[in-house]
Amino acid sequence: MTAIITRDLKKFYGSVHALDGLSLTVQPGTVFGFLGPNGAGKTTTIRLLTGLSRPTSGTATVSGVDARQSRKIARIIGYLPEEPAFYRWMTGYEFIDYTARIFHISTGERSRRVKELLELVGLAEAAKRRIGGYSRGMRQRLGIAQALVNQPEVLFLDEPVSALDPTGRKEVLDLIDSLRGKCTVFMSTHILADVERVCDSIGIIDKGKMIVEAPQSELMGRFTIPAIEVEVIAGHEKDLEKWLKSLRNLSWVKNTQVDGTKARLTVKDLEKARKELFHALNTTGLPVQRFEVVTPTLEDIFLQVINGKGGAK
Amino acid sequence: MTFLTQLRKEIMEQFRTRRFLTVFIVLLVWGMLSPLTAKFIGEIFNSIPAMAPYAALIPPPTVTDAIGQYIKNVNQFMVFLALLVTMGAVAVEKDKGTAALMLVKPLPRSTFVIAKFLALVFTFGLSLLAAAVADYYYTLYLFQPMEIGPFLALNGFMLLYTLVYVAITLFASTLFKSQAAAVGVGFGALLFLAVLGSFPPLKEKLPDQLILWGTGLMTGSHMAYWPALLISVGIILASLLGAWLVFRKQEL
Repeated sequence: MTAIITRDLKKFYGSVHALDGLSLTVQPGTVFGFLGPNGAGKTTTIRLLTGLSRPTSGTATVSGVDARQSRKIARIIGYLPEEPAFYRWMTGYEFIDYTARIFHISTGERSRRVKELLELVGLAEAAKRRIGGYSRGMRQRLGIAQALVNQPEVLFLDEPVSALDPTGRKEVLDLIDSLRGKCTVFMSTHILADVERVCDSIGIIDKGKMIVEAPQSELMGRFTIPAIEVEVIAGHEKDLEKWLKSLRNLSWVKNTQVDGTKARLTVKDLEKARKELFHALNTTGLPVQRFEVVTPTLEDIFLQVINGKGGAK
Repeated sequence: MTFLTQLRKEIMEQFRTRRFLTVFIVLLVWGMLSPLTAKFIGEIFNSIPAMAPYAALIPPPTVTDAIGQYIKNVNQFMVFLALLVTMGAVAVEKDKGTAALMLVKPLPRSTFVIAKFLALVFTFGLSLLAAAVADYYYTLYLFQPMEIGPFLALNGFMLLYTLVYVAITLFASTLFKSQAAAVGVGFGALLFLAVLGSFPPLKEKLPDQLILWGTGLMTGSHMAYWPALLISVGIILASLLGAWLVFRKQEL
């Protein structure tokens, strides 16, 4: 069964169209990265899928359950808001225990799972401390623990690592990575490197509409730039420029650019260019520091898509 | 099971956030001070030179004065605390986001609201009990024993009267995200009912009469105000129902 399906989902707040016909599909057991600039509709989508908000029109299902049936949805999902708020007077242990009680987890099982989750998110030592004294990163990790209490089928994470330091980020991303295959993770973020690292599929949303949705590998392939970059050791800039000029008339060269010690050649046939350029470089005797076929980063793709240069879904 | 979990959390919150302690101490102090004030008001006047001439005008204190002081002091403070303690019950949770975090879990919204109300019943009930025990002891010590039955009934009426304002403020707290708006509605209800009470045909049917009923019981009157009792219970139930109806449709 498909984990998440939305069809023509709309959410209007007066004249503001927070979501304007969003359609997406997320396969079970995958990690889905939901990208978009601020105000694109990421949080609104999560709120609709978790039953916190109701759509103006359109449909949304989570594990086959209509997202408007919030009671049924509640049993199968886990949810971490962007800035999770807790009862500051509770300890970390008490909060996870309270959450587990809400899910009717039996006493023995509850005690084991609470300890396991606090261990998993690195809060075992701070478990007896009041949440009011936790740092933002600790609260974020506690938020992840509470979202996993019921071993959800679908886990919604709204900007899960934005408050974490590099070590914490790595730990949480590793944790998300380890959930692949065990549950579906729907993760909204604006940190593209994190999406690149853990997500199987990516959806890019802008102004309430899905612009691109595809598996990460397909997306990277679709937006590949046929270009090669060459960098030489400082002091050889003029030689580099002269060499580039000599290449301009070759049939496989489309465009050349030079910037100090770096040159970029946009080509018509990447395979042919790779072979011939490497050979040409050998014969010139230029002191090459770097030779690289340009692969687009997710950031390149994101900017292309958001600036309207990307292909539609 | 879920209800008990939620009630446990709410009662824990009353203790940990010191709301229980505040209400308990304030009511306990007034429970103790009321008979003391009634007994020693003459001496207090005498000890203040400017007030000393008026001391002679004060008649010898009686148990009725002690009861009057208790009702006036404890009731006023209890209603005031009811507004303050209840105003943020739901509004703060909506504003901070804890309501959203918990209500995406299998926690019914009706349970969320009713557990809050019952935790407040617990806080005010237990605190009033402590105040009543203190008042009974000092009244017994300084004046004479009071009849237990009427005294219990009086305290029951005082609690019910307070719960009217707890329920109204809780309803307002589900309507708004602002504590100030919630307390405003609670205070507005207090004023509104006071104004309505100035119209004789309505007066006997309003919650204020519960206090009069309890006072009467203590002084041997058998005047009953059943409509006031029914209307008070009705206001509480209607406020809770309204809170649930509003809250279940609310987007968090």
